[in-house]
This record gives sequence, C-alpha cells and structure tokens, in this order.
Amino acid sequence: MASAGYTIAEKIISRHTNRIVRAGELCVVKVDGCMATDTTAPMAIKAFREMGGLKVFDPARFHLIIDHAAPAPNEKVANLHQMMRNFAKEQGCNLFDIGSGICHQVMVDHQKVKPGDLFIGADSHTPTYGALNTFACGVGSTDLAAVMLTGKIWLKVPQSIKVILNGKLSPYVSGKDLALLLCKKLTTGGATYMAVEYHGSAVASLTLSQRMALCNMSAELGAKTGIVSPEGLVLPYDYTPIFPDSNANYVQTIELDVCGLKPQLAAPDSPDNVYDVRKFEGTPVTYAFIGSCTNSRLDDLQTAAKILKGKHIATGVRLVVAPASRKVFLEALADGTIQTLIEAGATVINSGCGPCVGTHEGVPGDDEIVISTANRNFKGRMGNPRAKIFLASPATVALSALYGKITSPENESV
Amino acid sequence: MIIVAKAHVYGDNIDTDRIIPGKYTKTLDISQLAQHVMEDLDPEFLQKFSPGEILVAGKNFGCGSSREQAPLALKAAGVSCIIAKFFARIFFRNAINLGLPVLEAPEHDIQHGDRLSVDIENGIVKNLTTGKVYACTRLNGVMKHILAEGGLVNYLKKYGDFVTD
Repeated sequence: MASAGYTIAEKIISRHTNRIVRAGELCVVKVDGCMATDTTAPMAIKAFREMGGLKVFDPARFHLIIDHAAPAPNEKVANLHQMMRNFAKEQGCNLFDIGSGICHQVMVDHQKVKPGDLFIGADSHTPTYGALNTFACGVGSTDLAAVMLTGKIWLKVPQSIKVILNGKLSPYVSGKDLALLLCKKLTTGGATYMAVEYHGSAVASLTLSQRMALCNMSAELGAKTGIVSPEGLVLPYDYTPIFPDSNANYVQTIELDVCGLKPQLAAPDSPDNVYDVRKFEGTPVTYAFIGSCTNSRLDDLQTAAKILKGKHIATGVRLVVAPASRKVFLEALADGTIQTLIEAGATVINSGCGPCVGTHEGVPGDDEIVISTANRNFKGRMGNPRAKIFLASPATVALSALYGKITSPENESV
Repeated sequence: MIIVAKAHVYGDNIDTDRIIPGKYTKTLDISQLAQHVMEDLDPEFLQKFSPGEILVAGKNFGCGSSREQAPLALKAAGVSCIIAKFFARIFFRNAINLGLPVLEAPEHDIQHGDRLSVDIENGIVKNLTTGKVYACTRLNGVMKHILAEGGLVNYLKKYGDFVTD
C-alpha cells in the first residue's frame, strides 16, 4: 500500500496539514475560506461567542451570505439578518446581503474559492465547489463557529469513489442529468463519508456551470465532498490543476458510457428515485421552478429561454425563475434571456435560494405537482408536505411548463 | 455514561426536512424548534415521546441539509441518544458538536418499545427486551473528547484550540 499514489482529496488535505495523509487518517487542517448563510450563521455566531470568540481568525477568509430567506419574510428572520449584518460590521468580514445570490454561486463569482483550496461552508451543498478542483465540505453551525475561531477543522481523510463518465452527451442532456443518474446508481447515502472524484470524457466536456450542477448533488449521495478532475476546466485566471495519481486507491470505481443517455428525473420523494423523464411524460404539473444552487446559472436560464422563446407557458402553470446571483441576473438581462422568460409567462424573483428550501417566495399548495431544477424533493422540502416534487434539468422543467405536463426534451430540435 | 430507556423506532433515510422543516429553522429559540420536531414524519411524535427516551433509526439518518437545528430540536425534545444503522455525515458531526450521543449499530434489529441499555463510551447497546447485544462503531479521539466535554462549544472554551494527540 505504501507505494500507492494519492487521490485528489488526499493531495489537497495533505497540503493543508503538516504531513502527508491517507484515507482513514484523522487530521486537523487549515482552511482557505469559510462561509455561512442566514440558515446557519445566526447559530454559528451564537456558538462563536459562547466559545469565547472575540475576533474571527481572518475576516478576509470568512463570508456571510443572506440567501435562504432573503429578503426577510417576517420579523423573526429580519432580526436574524440584522444579527449577521452587525456581526459583519463588527468583524470587518464580507457580507453578501439580499440579492447577491446563492452562497455557492456568490463564492465562485467573487473568486472566494479557487482550485486546490480547502473550503468549509455551513451549507450542505458546499461540495459544489469541487467543480473548481477544490476540496469543499459542508458542516453545521457549531463546526463553522470553530473554524471562525481557529481557522481550522478536524477531518477524517475520506476514501474516494472514482466515477468515470464517458461519451458524447445528447442535446438537452446536461450536468444535472448526469447528477441524477449517479443518484440512481449510488443512491442517497451511497457515498456517505466519502469523496466522489469525477472523471471521463463526458465530464471533461462540461462547462464550469454544468460541473457545478454535477458536483452539487454529491451532497445527495451523502458524500463529504465531490471533486471534478480539472481536465478541460477553463477559468478566467491561471491555476495549478490537481490530478490524482494513476495508482491512487479507490474504494469503488464506477465507469459508465453516457452516450445516448436520455433526460433524467427524480420522482417524489427522494433524489435517488430516478427514471428517464419519458416514463412520467404526460403527468400534469401546475408549478415549475428554475432556480437553486444546482441549476440557475446563465446557461441554465438560456436553455429555458431557448425552449420558451416566442411561446407561452400552459394555462394553469406558474413558472418561477430565480437567477443564481446578481452577476447571473445582470448577464441574463443584458442578453435578453430574462425578457424572453417573462414574455413566456415566467415570474422572475430575486437571486437567492427562493422556494427551494420552503421558506417563502413560492410554497406549493396541497396536492400540487411541482417540477423543479433543485436538488431535493423530500416530503415537505418546499414548505408543504402535501405537495409532490419532481427534479429535472432546466430543459425538462421549461418544456414541462410549456405544455403543463412532464415532457422530455429528447425530441426537441436544438 | 449508561442510558437505560425505551426505544422509538423509525425507518431509513429520514432527512432533516422531516426532522425539522426548513420553515421553522429561522430561529434561535430552542423551544420553538422542539415544538415542531418530526412533525411531517409523525405528527404524534411529541405526544408519544417522553424526555430521556431513545430514538432509533435505520440507514442514513439525518440526510439532507446541514441544519444543526435538526439535532438541536431532537435534543430540546429530550432525546437522550440516537442509534442508527448509519448517519448522514453532517448530522453525525452536528449531534456530537451539540453533545448529543449518536451511535452507529449497523446490524441492529431494535423494535419499537424495546427497552435498551446504552453504554456510550464503549459503544455497546443491550436490548433488555430481547437480550441481544449490538456492537457499535466507536467514536474516534477528537469526537470522543468533544462529546465528553458536552459539545464543541465547551471543548473550545476549555482548550481554546483543537488538541491533537
């Protein structure tokens, strides 16, 4: 074993501690950055104070984002937001207030996380940054408070699962469809405590946005992190890519030919309840949502706009769109995407988590069937346990909104 | 620490939305969280459950969001410890960080209403109803110390930093 090489996770963690580590070892690591949202920051700030914390370890490396219930839907939430604003002012750390966007998109837009970093976020979808060849891990509030205090976190170096996806993707089959396929293959919890490394020609062909969609749902697999091979990754700055050694140890290798893969969806009430969209074609929907940290970037909105251009969503359907960030929103305004969506009948809301997390801005009614580009369809996820949620790609959601029933984009002309 | 109490058994893949729905998480008031714990899974949970009793689940308990409000709500409702076949990793860390004991007993076949004796330090669960004994995954160094101090807040208050062996 001693001669074996290292996985990407082992390499990145080793660079953040004072020794070379292997899967299974416990270590305390220095973090390059950390963040919390309005769901997790108030408890983290409280715990930080209780720990005796006076100053965060490095204000430039700690970010607060108000995105989960933003703008505040009630006075209780408004006061928690005030607590975050006051803390940011006191500590001199970065505050991304309402409208800035979803935490993960904001961190990437503002280059607060870069390839090779070890980043900790108090949000379960923090593995999204693995798209940047980063080791990024989600934690809860008290863990985050400890990072705020010490700049460090204890970790068990995870074993890695190697996922190799080869083949040319069909039109309208995206990173989201690959993520759903993996939820089906590995099941929720199938990668618990592990790192998922993504490789293969299909992955190398994905844009950063699509890599983020793929890596985002590592969280649904239960993984500690997901990390995408940097092959084919184009960024607006120079970086040093980290590849695994060819003789690295993996606990499991999954190799799939995704050439000809059909659009996928997750049926209620679990992200691993995955089928070809075709199986559910014709199921009536009344509510479609394009948003969340999985799928609300510029290319996602452009895909929806392309399908809806010059047309109108079906009578009786609401289509809610929440662009991932202010940057994305502005780009989608500038190129006409937002106008196309609004003309097609969409309701465009502010950048943020929106209705994905069931707090506000579009809670479904009893017995409604929702089709959403988000990552979770647990019972009650969108705020009503009597609604049913299907998860799919932006193309599938847009087309389903157009016809008022679940529709596969596989026969659409590009 | 040994806990002797009745088991309340639930199934696999119980996610944090079912433990505490997102709409109730925006508060620092612990009693508010406790009022809504498990309500989408079992609306009668709070009537059935007495403080000090044990929550038992199947695979992947606490999957989903990173919300620490989930273990906090269970702790506030009086859950003395949680036994599952395995836990979602963030939930597991959060529970330890709050000083709520969590034990993984991969092979357990505990039934609702069984009386259990749980040895937290040694990771042994005895089913007093059936006489069976289940081996649990033992906590590692750092986690053991954090739990012994009653959570990560107390641990860092005491040590000021992570203490490595």
